Amino acid sequence: MDFELTEDQRLLNDSVSRLLADRYAFDARRGYIKSAQGWSQEMWEKYAELGLLGLPFPEEYGGFGGGAVDIMMVMEAFGRSLVVEPFLATVVLGGSAIKYAGNEAQKGEILPQIVDGSLKLGWAHGEQQARYDLTDVLTTATKDGSGWVLEGAKSVVLHGDCADMLVVSARTGGDRMDKEGLTLFLVPANTPGVARRGYAMRDGTRAAEISLSTVKLGPEAVLGTVGDAYGIIERVTQAGIAAFAAETVGACEAAHTMTLDYLRTRVQFGRPIGTNQVLQHKAADMLIEVEQARSMAMLAAMMVDEEDAAERTRNISMAKVGVGQSGRFVTQNSVQLHGGIGMTEEYAVGHYFRRVMVFEHSWGDSAYHLGLLADQVG
Amino acid sequence: MELRFTEEEIAFRQEVRAFIRGNLPAKTLERMRLGYPPTKSDVVTWQRILNKKGWATYKWPQEYGGQAWSPTMRMIFQDENMLAHAPEVNSFNITMIGPVLIQFGTPEQKERFIAPTANLDIWWCQGFSEPGSGSDLASLKTSAVLDGDHYVVNGQKIWTSTAHHADWIFALVRTNPQARKPQEGISFLLIDMKTPGITVRPIISIDGSHHFNEVFFDDVRVPVTQRVYEENKGWDVAKFLLGNERTGIARLGKSMARLEDIRELSPHLRNHGAPLLDDKLQRERVASLEIRAKALEITQLRVVAKMMQQSDGKPDPFSSLLKIKGGELGQDTSELIMDAVGPLAMPQWAKELDLLNRESGENEPPIGPDYAGFAAGPYLMHRASSIAGGTTEIQKNILNKAVLRL
Amino acid sequence: MDLRFTEEEVAFRKEVRDFIRQNLPARTRERLRLGYSPTKQDIVDWQRILNKKGWATYKWPKAYGGTDWSPTQRMIFQEENQINHAPEVNGFNITMIGPVIIQFGTPEQKAHILPRAANLEDWWCQGFSEPGSGSDLASLKTAAKRVGDDYIVNGQKIWTSTAHHADWCFALVRTDPNARKPQEGISFLLIDMKTPGITVRPIISIDNSHHLNEVFFDDVKVPVANRVYEENKGWDVAKFLLGNERTGIARLGKSMERINYAQELARDVRQNGKPLIEDAGFRQRVAKLQVQAKALELTQLRVVAKAAGNSDGKPDPFSSVLKIKGTELLQDTAELVMDIAGPLAMPDWAKELDLLNRESGDNEPLIGPEWAGYAAPPYLMLRAASIYGGTNEIQKNILNKAILRL
Ligand SMILES: Cc1cc2nc3c(=O)[nH]c(=O)nc-3n(C[C@H](O)[C@H](O)[C@H](O)COP(=O)(O)OP(=O)(O)OC[C@H]3O[C@@H](n4cnc5c(N)ncnc54)[C@H](O)[C@@H]3O)c2cc1C
Ligand SMILES: Cc1cc2nc3c(=O)[nH]c(=O)nc-3n(C[C@H](O)[C@H](O)[C@H](O)COP(=O)(O)OP(=O)(O)OC[C@H]3O[C@@H](n4cnc5c(N)ncnc54)[C@H](O)[C@@H]3O)c2cc1C
Repeated sequence: MDFELTEDQRLLNDSVSRLLADRYAFDARRGYIKSAQGWSQEMWEKYAELGLLGLPFPEEYGGFGGGAVDIMMVMEAFGRSLVVEPFLATVVLGGSAIKYAGNEAQKGEILPQIVDGSLKLGWAHGEQQARYDLTDVLTTATKDGSGWVLEGAKSVVLHGDCADMLVVSARTGGDRMDKEGLTLFLVPANTPGVARRGYAMRDGTRAAEISLSTVKLGPEAVLGTVGDAYGIIERVTQAGIAAFAAETVGACEAAHTMTLDYLRTRVQFGRPIGTNQVLQHKAADMLIEVEQARSMAMLAAMMVDEEDAAERTRNISMAKVGVGQSGRFVTQNSVQLHGGIGMTEEYAVGHYFRRVMVFEHSWGDSAYHLGLLADQVG
Repeated sequence: MELRFTEEEIAFRQEVRAFIRGNLPAKTLERMRLGYPPTKSDVVTWQRILNKKGWATYKWPQEYGGQAWSPTMRMIFQDENMLAHAPEVNSFNITMIGPVLIQFGTPEQKERFIAPTANLDIWWCQGFSEPGSGSDLASLKTSAVLDGDHYVVNGQKIWTSTAHHADWIFALVRTNPQARKPQEGISFLLIDMKTPGITVRPIISIDGSHHFNEVFFDDVRVPVTQRVYEENKGWDVAKFLLGNERTGIARLGKSMARLEDIRELSPHLRNHGAPLLDDKLQRERVASLEIRAKALEITQLRVVAKMMQQSDGKPDPFSSLLKIKGGELGQDTSELIMDAVGPLAMPQWAKELDLLNRESGENEPPIGPDYAGFAAGPYLMHRASSIAGGTTEIQKNILNKAVLRL
Repeated sequence: MDLRFTEEEVAFRKEVRDFIRQNLPARTRERLRLGYSPTKQDIVDWQRILNKKGWATYKWPKAYGGTDWSPTQRMIFQEENQINHAPEVNGFNITMIGPVIIQFGTPEQKAHILPRAANLEDWWCQGFSEPGSGSDLASLKTAAKRVGDDYIVNGQKIWTSTAHHADWCFALVRTDPNARKPQEGISFLLIDMKTPGITVRPIISIDNSHHLNEVFFDDVKVPVANRVYEENKGWDVAKFLLGNERTGIARLGKSMERINYAQELARDVRQNGKPLIEDAGFRQRVAKLQVQAKALELTQLRVVAKAAGNSDGKPDPFSSVLKIKGTELLQDTAELVMDIAGPLAMPDWAKELDLLNRESGDNEPLIGPEWAGYAAPPYLMLRAASIYGGTNEIQKNILNKAILRL
């Protein structure tokens, strides 16, 4: 048991924080969102320069050889600044899929391009009917000579509009809810038959609906083993949950800090509103929830690389619930304690609130994961 | 950063667990498992067993019989004790007066008190609160007037837990009523409960048990040599005492034990014709408490790790967080057990069921099942978790003052 | 005491329901059912339909076009409107300025304003809050200086809902900056939004909609004839306005409607291979909300009955309970609907989905299912329900002052 950061981690943390302090003020972020693609290419290149895009990948592919804790730190910093670049989609989700399932050729080709910032990935797994069920996949892949033909549609693919390559899950066998019969495919976004409609999410990040009609792929497009992708899908999702949980903690922390500042400076009835004990205690409750959420995000980070699948799944579900519930509490109250200004688009608190809302509704909300955990009680 | 336990830590956990299994008296185990408070003799016996092993005073400095355990090991030890349904050691002895004497005591005081305190040959109680002085402790009025080499103590303490068991009491008294600030006129005295002029009156709490008391002082003569630290500097001692070693404050193991207990109880408790935990909603309730316990466990480790680094010995204000969340979890897990037992938790069967009585030869068959007799007791008594030791509201004031600074 | 509705009340409920079903435009109904805010046109159309029937102004005294409905009937009417997806009438017109003019207006003001407010010929907005004056409204600074037959108004209002739709604004302004108490120097003015010197700047809210505005006054000339009640007595008018008819404040019908809608949705949405509605946890969540709605309904009836009993017209401080619990329920039911939509509620595709656009000939196919497109905005916007109309913290202060007296 050890909570110390290594020297490298401290340096990394400092440089990320410094970069964001310089370049990611709330107004700058607004500018990035308003741009045509909805995020900053320049920042993306900065992340590449700092080595962030190679953080979790082995050094042989140009990566940093870091682990889940490094990702956690970076995501927390991203959460504090509400970063909108496709880091989660590319490095965490897409990158994990390659890392866990890719063969040498695939890793050798793709990972270095992620590291240098030239390739962005999209994790195209969710479907409109699926809600949170990882096995609810209707998209099909049928054998076509030595290759495959994909047919179907993927929903709320994070940064799917800008991805150069999509990691698509499809049924090569089994029925709608079966764990067996799922396969992952690497699909260059410009493959004929791939159509994308991009849009903004409620929190300003980008996503896309993707339709796949007669998308023809060669045999080399298969990522991992045919029919056996469920375990990988689960791990990628869990890596996503762990990273997003850390980001949520960063967002909660920042929202709480803003709220404290506001309580100190906003004057009503001739004194700062923070002199009202009822608001002090609410702020204390929020502090407690931020710290509890941080503990759970740490748990998730530690569990990402746990080999025991049952243990990993259980703990990450716990973290999802813990961070989700604390996140709701902290950000809802951040809005409340700001009064009217908390309701506005031009003020950051409402953006933290919505980022956390998107976390809650990604890969299973608190109720969903609580249900999964409940099934193991007894 | 590494959140998993190391191999040494896992081995240590095994060692502690095995020791408790091998040494905890069966009667004590059964009583605790059923939710009964430990009897005085349960606590004494167990503390002496631990003391013999060198573990009762593990928090103390090594030269006074402590252990060189890491914070994680301390936490493991506490959790394992509670998970195994062992009684807690007398914390007035171990967490309060022991460290105070080590820090502030004269050589004579140390010589006289430390060993019997460790071995629970002396049972201590804490005389701080008064009818008019709860959260605002510094306003206390019990007076001590110097008369030769004695103080003459007059006044009243209240909520004095286990005063009826106690051999000695450590008390805050007012030695200078004219001090500029109320904190500055207080001294810390050690008082033999057998001294003439002391009257203990029981207060029955809402669980029907006799846990705390009023203690009256009527011209009680206390030798000056029984004052700890300087006259009128008792507040410094009290601050040290209250801030000292608060990592165990969450009493997490106890809550975790209840989450295990519910699984054992489940087959006995039927709901819609099936064991309780066949009901998904009941399982969700358990799962959600487990999530809270997990978060608190990690937070506790973080606080402990931070305290290890700071050597200034100051209490971490985040221990208020542990107190608040740990107290809530104690309340909610005890409520879970009570709700699970349901209607059978409502009768006042405790006396008829009491294992003590049954052992003492009373042979009437019990009215209800064992597990039901004391299912409501912990729920009732746990309301005090957010009151005793600084109320939840006061903990939030502390967090505000130390961290939020609003 | 009889908690059941009388036969007359049941008949009345049916009459209202039938009328709404027969007269509410289908598009409006559909839009509201899906969670969209009503458009300006939706509200205008519906208010006029109601007004023709004599129901838009049912709260007003009969002499001014009101009804003599009992408090229970009023409650039924509101509930039926909300349950049947009808837009609410413009509250600024019906609940605020109408009663104010009836109580305080000159004969000329009554003759001109009331019929137009009733029929929504004029859309009113409320200019009370300022950047520095929210909860502490009496500290407002917008100045009105008397010059001949006019006031010259300078200053800024904020959070002015629908000011961009409005023809008129009723505003609180400071006419005597030297008054003894801040409340004593305030007047109540009626301001034509077309007057030169008024600038309306939109504020986009977190649901990405344009509901709020800043309103700037730069040497705006307002005839003295547009002042309501005496100069410097505007605070009395404001108090009357804010306290007037608070029984509808809980907007309970809306919450009930959302609970019904949620169940409809949950039949279609699948989770773990079966309809969400079959999930025990989900069902329990719905049941809990239903219990809360029932408790609130009864509390509301009690408050309403009490209001009917005392004729002093003073607002019942207990209406703060209705505000607090009603807004919490609105928030929680909106959250329920959003949670059902889950990931599909997260994209901001409302614009693409907007029924209005589609009517206007935009033929691109929808990105996602219609019902999911607007599941999040009500959740987001309703965070404001515990902020506007006196924050829930302020409501608790009111309860304390008027009832608890701590
Ligand atoms: C089971 C139990 C065992 C105990 N054992 C002992 C013991 O052995 N020895 C001993 O000395 N004492 C003991 N106590 C006493 C305990 O320390 C006090 O009960 C505690 O300090 C609170 O004081 P009080 O009961 O007078 O409540 P009060 O201080 O009167 O508080 C009443 C309520 O007001 C709130 N409140 C008070 N001040 C503030 C403030 N500034 N801001 C916000 N809220 C405030 C409190 O949070 C509480 O909710 C015990 C108490 C219990 C319940
Ligand atoms: C969607 C929306 C629509 C609105 N429409 C209108 C409109 O049409 N016209 C209009 O005039 N206004 C309108 N308002 C403004 C509304 O009335 C104010 O937002 C409200 O009065 C709160 O004021 P504030 O926003 O300045 O918050 P503040 O008063 O600054 O409050 C900030 C926080 O401090 C708390 N607080 C303040 N004082 C105390 C205290 N004494 N004790 C405890 N807590 C306290 C509050 O509860 C809140 O949590 C609207 C607001 C919203 C959000």
